[in-house]
Amino acid sequence: MTQISLTVDGTQVTDDVEPRMLLVQYLREKLGKTGTVIGCDTSNCGACTVHLDGRSVKSCNVLAVQADGHEVTTIEGLATDGQLHPVQEAFRECHGLQCGFCTPGMIMQSVDLLNENPHPTEQEVRLGLEGNLCRCTGYHNIVKSVLYAAEHAGQDEKAGAR
Amino acid sequence: MIPAKFDYVAPTSIEDALSALVQHGDDAKIMAGGQSLLPVLRMRLNAPEIVIDLGRIDSLRGVREDGDALVIGALTTHAEMVTNDLVHQHALLLSKAAAEVADSQVRHRGTFGGSCAHADPAGDMGSAALALDAEFVIAGAGGTRSVPASDFFVDLFETAIGEDEILTEIRVPKRTGWGAHYEKFVRVAHQWPIVAVAATVNASEGTISEARVALTNMGSKPLRATATERALAGAAATEDGVRAAADQAAEGTNPPSDLNGDSDYRKHLATVLTRRAVVAAAGA
Repeated sequence: MTQISLTVDGTQVTDDVEPRMLLVQYLREKLGKTGTVIGCDTSNCGACTVHLDGRSVKSCNVLAVQADGHEVTTIEGLATDGQLHPVQEAFRECHGLQCGFCTPGMIMQSVDLLNENPHPTEQEVRLGLEGNLCRCTGYHNIVKSVLYAAEHAGQDEKAGAR
Repeated sequence: MIPAKFDYVAPTSIEDALSALVQHGDDAKIMAGGQSLLPVLRMRLNAPEIVIDLGRIDSLRGVREDGDALVIGALTTHAEMVTNDLVHQHALLLSKAAAEVADSQVRHRGTFGGSCAHADPAGDMGSAALALDAEFVIAGAGGTRSVPASDFFVDLFETAIGEDEILTEIRVPKRTGWGAHYEKFVRVAHQWPIVAVAATVNASEGTISEARVALTNMGSKPLRATATERALAGAAATEDGVRAAADQAAEGTNPPSDLNGDSDYRKHLATVLTRRAVVAAAGA
């Protein structure tokens, strides 16, 4: 076992984990953060996307021990004081989900995308989400949601920022 | 899917990493960003007894200038390669190729050095490094040595890195002001390329003076399209001007046949993609 200490959704946690434990397993099974889902488990689908030190990663393709000393944000840490994050709002507003399975990953990747590029074109949104699969084929409304979030962010405020 | 059990060390210096490697030999696997290694471990295609994580060695990150060369730390991420100003200015091709690796999430973790050391014939960074005549700096117990890209890539998943050695940095001769393009052909998003072409050219007033072209997934390792390069010298930087040179891109290659396409298809693809890559690189 290896001891790790990290910040998850603003809370400092310390645990003993097996080196082979994946970050997504750690989040779900040790911390109960089941908002982050396991989709393909082969680092293709992006459903397990979280932020590691502010950048999107596929948490099924990171070891928990690699996150030692770092900061993780999951879909459960996006809303503040019961107020949905602007990107979450946008997905609700534009029907950016059907079954909802890909949604946590889609939203986390969209937040990263808007952090880097606050006013993306439709093409840039599609490219930026290429690592996230939606099997309801709901890409249209997902793209609309990201563009909506970008459009409705305040002049000085980036939609991705929190 | 969960990897088989392994021990784990995360040394903070290259010396400590090397001694862990010497101590464990064959039973150890080196991890950089882990974006290729972890899927392999999860599918249990490999089950090392110990994983040596280089992620805590800060000296392996970053890009600096050293005279006529750019020196890129092996653990520099693809995402950093895309945005780094020095890479943009002096080795644009690396930036263009890095932007095409997998997807955004993978680019945030995957590294230039890790990708080259993994030596997947469909990997995007190998051909870009080969086209630029990069030199791979490899550390071992007896010090460091430098291996040119043409000798670094040996075969399928095989490089010149010895069993007790670690790739520490990649030195790239500056090609300041050269245009560049990485043309990648895939069937679905963020897939491995069926074929890809890395091209960088020095062009002015519509004429190419020098070109460097390398091919991805046209054999068991990255390949230079030398006949094309020779024929491009003095060519007009237009579709028609580069067509005859690009038609020679697959010369001397023996690409694999698989479910994505047979060997002849890949050869044809190489000529088409080379034409597109060179024209785009020349900014025509």
